Amino acid sequence: MSNVQIMTGNQAAAIGAKLSNVQVVAAYPITPQSQLAEIISQYIEGGELKAEYVRVEGEHSALTVCISASTVGARVFTATSANGLLYMHEQLHWAAGSRLPIVMCCVNRGVGAPWTIFNDQQDSISQRDTGWIQIYCRNNQEILDTIIQAYRIAEEVYAPVMVCYDGFVLSHTMMPVDIPDPEKARDFLPPYQAHTILSPEDPRTLNPVLFPNRRANSAGVLCDGYMEMRYKLQAALERSPAVIEETSRRFAEVFGRDHGGLSWGYRREDAELVMTGMGSVASEAMQAADILREEGIKAGVVGIRVFRPFPAKHLKEAFRGVKGIVIFEKGISYGYEGALCSDLKAAFYGSEHQVPVHSYIAGLGGRDVKARELADAARASWQEMQSGIAEKPTTWLNCYTG
Amino acid sequence: MPENLFKINAKEYILPGTRACQGCGLSLAYRYALKALRENTIVTLPACCLCVLHGIYPSTPVMIPALNNSFASTAASASGLVAGLQALNRTDTTVVAIAGDGGTFDMGIQALSGAAERGTDFIYVCYDNEGYMNTGTQRSSATPLGALTTTTPIATKQQHKKDFLKIMEAHDIAYLATASPSYPIDLYDKFVKAKKIKGTRYIHLYIPCPPGWAYPPRDTVKMGRLAVETGIAPLFEIENGKFRFTSRSKSMAERGNRLPVINYLEKQGRFKKMNAEQLHQLQHWVDGKWQEYMRRSQE
Repeated sequence: MSNVQIMTGNQAAAIGAKLSNVQVVAAYPITPQSQLAEIISQYIEGGELKAEYVRVEGEHSALTVCISASTVGARVFTATSANGLLYMHEQLHWAAGSRLPIVMCCVNRGVGAPWTIFNDQQDSISQRDTGWIQIYCRNNQEILDTIIQAYRIAEEVYAPVMVCYDGFVLSHTMMPVDIPDPEKARDFLPPYQAHTILSPEDPRTLNPVLFPNRRANSAGVLCDGYMEMRYKLQAALERSPAVIEETSRRFAEVFGRDHGGLSWGYRREDAELVMTGMGSVASEAMQAADILREEGIKAGVVGIRVFRPFPAKHLKEAFRGVKGIVIFEKGISYGYEGALCSDLKAAFYGSEHQVPVHSYIAGLGGRDVKARELADAARASWQEMQSGIAEKPTTWLNCYTG
Repeated sequence: MPENLFKINAKEYILPGTRACQGCGLSLAYRYALKALRENTIVTLPACCLCVLHGIYPSTPVMIPALNNSFASTAASASGLVAGLQALNRTDTTVVAIAGDGGTFDMGIQALSGAAERGTDFIYVCYDNEGYMNTGTQRSSATPLGALTTTTPIATKQQHKKDFLKIMEAHDIAYLATASPSYPIDLYDKFVKAKKIKGTRYIHLYIPCPPGWAYPPRDTVKMGRLAVETGIAPLFEIENGKFRFTSRSKSMAERGNRLPVINYLEKQGRFKKMNAEQLHQLQHWVDGKWQEYMRRSQE
């Protein structure tokens, strides 16, 4: 029995958190996340969700509340956007370093200055090195489902997960969403059992100062130094792609929906030209692929769902045999190029499959990106690639750069 | 030994051999505070002197569970502990946030104000050693007028200390008290009382600091006493809006035997560059605060 309702991405996210039976929520309002915080407040005050809602005075505190509540064993949730996420930056590192299974929604928005309230992905891209798993969603159904999946992943890997979705494009756009049955959701995601709980029954000092080298405890056992602990975070993230894929597969078995584990494909099988990106821009590229197919260009899409851990090995397979890659990114590593572009090119380093890669920066600060414009850009690149131009400078799409 | 010393919990929660400095006033205050708070307590603290006292992984002398967090986040961390314990129906545990004056007056003020406004059920303890002592005695907004610090190394601090107690009282919190490790029974009683009260409780500890204030480590208790006896660090509590002097400050208020601040200042190297005008200003400032407290104690 399906239960399809029409809703915004923010509503879908709130339902995802509710179905995950989160126990502590702390959030601070920021456009375009605000509606999500409002809906969860309604669930809690209305008794639909049994949880503590801490109405914090800023995002730094929002994530701190989640960190501490998670430390005593509660399942926690927060959400933010843009400068709110940047304000959390210190605590993003703290959450990952503490190995806490926190799940957060980042409703992607461009960052100031100058101010924009509209969508791009510079906010979460700028946080890629904080030790969080980042999953990018392409529609409202995927937002809801990914939040439930995210808790399973986080609680298995002991790393926090950021569920990213585009502001306004998804957060404020109504789409049909099939709401999972709460019983099935509970079976899929059982209550959180923490491996370490800060408690008076077992007093310990968590996150103390560490010295550079390993030190022995009172029993003479040599314990980790800072570097070993940091290595363990990296090792956990390196192992996490398998967990993400398995979670996605299990979810598909139970709920009949497979959003792809690490990536998804569209008309990929015989594609020679593959467009790629994350979130709604990759979703838009599906239409662009249709346009190009009608023109006789064998075009397809690989949507990258997981940006951290970067699934390099998996993507090498996903792009196997393609003759040209065109990347559309809603963010940039200033002074170089799109972060996804760098990572993807690096994934092919040393392999025999050296494919031309053209990179486009698109849709910053909410500038509209139409499927036709993606098709035009991809077609132009495809022609250049065929005339031997394997590399070219990053193009800013729809931007008056003269 | 005064009779009421026997009522103090004999159990120790800090084992000997902490990493605090010799003569650390905080060690003394923390020892009595934990005795009053007892086992069912969780402490959260930022990077500060207390973090040093808690030791270096994998050993700690402290037998109370503690969560280290980042500098600005102490009170928010307590909010998270309270919310998490509430969600898990473990509401009998006392949550205590402890930070220094830098982590309270300066960087932690936003999170503390937020937590107090929300009426978070926790005890916030500020141990005020009047500067960033853990990082090497830099100026904070709690540093008094005329003090040398490593960031006011020649001209001394030009401003008075921030009146943080007024800021906290303005939040209409359940309980507010000041205490000093030189008056351990008074300190102990206030923590015992705070533990029983619901809502946000704020305890301000005046903590003499030998390296930061430049006096011999053996004089910590003496320095704490002089701070109280000169009216620089009055001991009081405010409960339901009612102000009450306690301990030595109470007898001083009754007898009118407050000492001049010079008796306290002259024993500390940090005031050696203080000029006559600054001395006059500080005495005037302390007089004004004392009179205000006297007025309130008679209301």
